[in-house]
Amino acid sequence: MSAPLPLALAAGSPGALAVAFAIGVGFGWCLERAGLGSARKLMGQFHLTDLAVFKVMFSAILTAMLGLFWLSRFGVVDLSRVYVPETFVGPQLAGGVIFGAGMALAGLCPGTSCVAAATGRVDGIAVVAGFFAGILTTALALPTIALFYGSGARGGVTLDSVLDTSQGVMILVVVTIAMAGFVAADRIERLMARSVAEAEP
Amino acid sequence: MSARTVPRPYADPYLAGVGLGLVLLASFVLAGRGLGASGAFATAAASAVNAAAPGAAAGNMFLAEHLTTGGPLRDWLVVEIVGVIAGGFVSAALARRIGGRVERGAHQSVQQRLASAAGGGALMGLGAILARGCTSGQALTGGALLSLGAWLFIGAAFASAYLVAFATRGSWR
Repeated sequence: MSAPLPLALAAGSPGALAVAFAIGVGFGWCLERAGLGSARKLMGQFHLTDLAVFKVMFSAILTAMLGLFWLSRFGVVDLSRVYVPETFVGPQLAGGVIFGAGMALAGLCPGTSCVAAATGRVDGIAVVAGFFAGILTTALALPTIALFYGSGARGGVTLDSVLDTSQGVMILVVVTIAMAGFVAADRIERLMARSVAEAEP
Repeated sequence: MSARTVPRPYADPYLAGVGLGLVLLASFVLAGRGLGASGAFATAAASAVNAAAPGAAAGNMFLAEHLTTGGPLRDWLVVEIVGVIAGGFVSAALARRIGGRVERGAHQSVQQRLASAAGGGALMGLGAILARGCTSGQALTGGALLSLGAWLFIGAAFASAYLVAFATRGSWR
C-alpha cells in the first residue's frame, strides 16, 4: 500500500498536537451548534420529544463511514493504519448499561459535558467533576475486577467479519437502517408534539 | 430581552451531524484515529495520581497505559479536549449562549440536579473504563469503523438510558 494518508506524525510532536487541537475545536463547535451541550436537549432524546441526539449521531457516523470507505477505495487513505477500537464483549455490554444509566442521570455525556461546562453551565461542571472522580476511583479499584475487565477479548473485530459479509454490504445495511431511523424519528417527534398539545388545556 | 441578548436557535441536527462526521473523517484521515473524551480524563487521572504519589500510576494496570512522557499536555486526547472546550466556547459566544446557570427539570431543585449530574458522571466513569471508551471514542468512532464492541456499547447504553430516563421522567417534566 502506498496511500499517502493518514499523516505519519510522531506522537506528541507539535504537528500531531496542532491536528489534535484543530480537530477538537471542530468537535466542540459541532456539538455546541447542535445544542448537545444542553442537558434538556439530551433528555429530549430519552423522553422522545426531541430526537436531535440520534439525528446528529447517526448522520455523523454515516458521513465518516462513507467518507472513509470511498477515500480508501480511491487509494487516498490506508485503512490498515486507522486504529479500530478493540472489542471486549462482556465488559462493553456491562459498561454500556452502566454508562447509559449514568448518561440519563447526568443529562450529558463526557464530551458534551465539556461543552456544557465551557459555556458556563454549572451542571456541566458537576458532570465533568463526577466523571473524573468515577474514572479515578474505577482505575484504582480495577485490579479487583481484572478478570472480568479482560474477558471476551476479540481484538479489532468488525461487524462485516462477524456477520461474514463484505464491508460494502455492511455499510449499505447500516445506511439503510439509519435512513429508516431518520424517517421514524421525524414521525415520533410529530406524534409527541401532537400528544403534548392535546394534553394542554 | 433585546435582540442582542436573545440566544440564536440551534443548528439543524442533520447539518450539524454531517459537520461532526466531517470532523471525525478528518481525524481518521489526518491522525489515523477517531475522536475521544474519556481517554483525556484517564490521562489526567494518571497524571494526578503520579503527582500525589510518584510511581503509583505505573503500578496500576489502567493508569500505567495512560501515563504520557512529557506531561499530559503532550497527549493527543488531552489537547483535543482543550480544543473541544475552546470550540464549544467560541460557538456559544457567537450565538449568545454563554451564561452561568444550572439547567434542570421543572420538578428538580438545584441541589438535586447537581447531585444527579455528579452521580451520573461518576457512573459514566465506571462504564467508560469497562467499555474502553464513551460516546465519542466508542459510539461515534467505533460506530463509523463498524467495530463490533462499539455497536454492542451503543445498543446497551441507549437501552439502559431509555429505562432510567423513563423511571426518572417526573423530575424533568
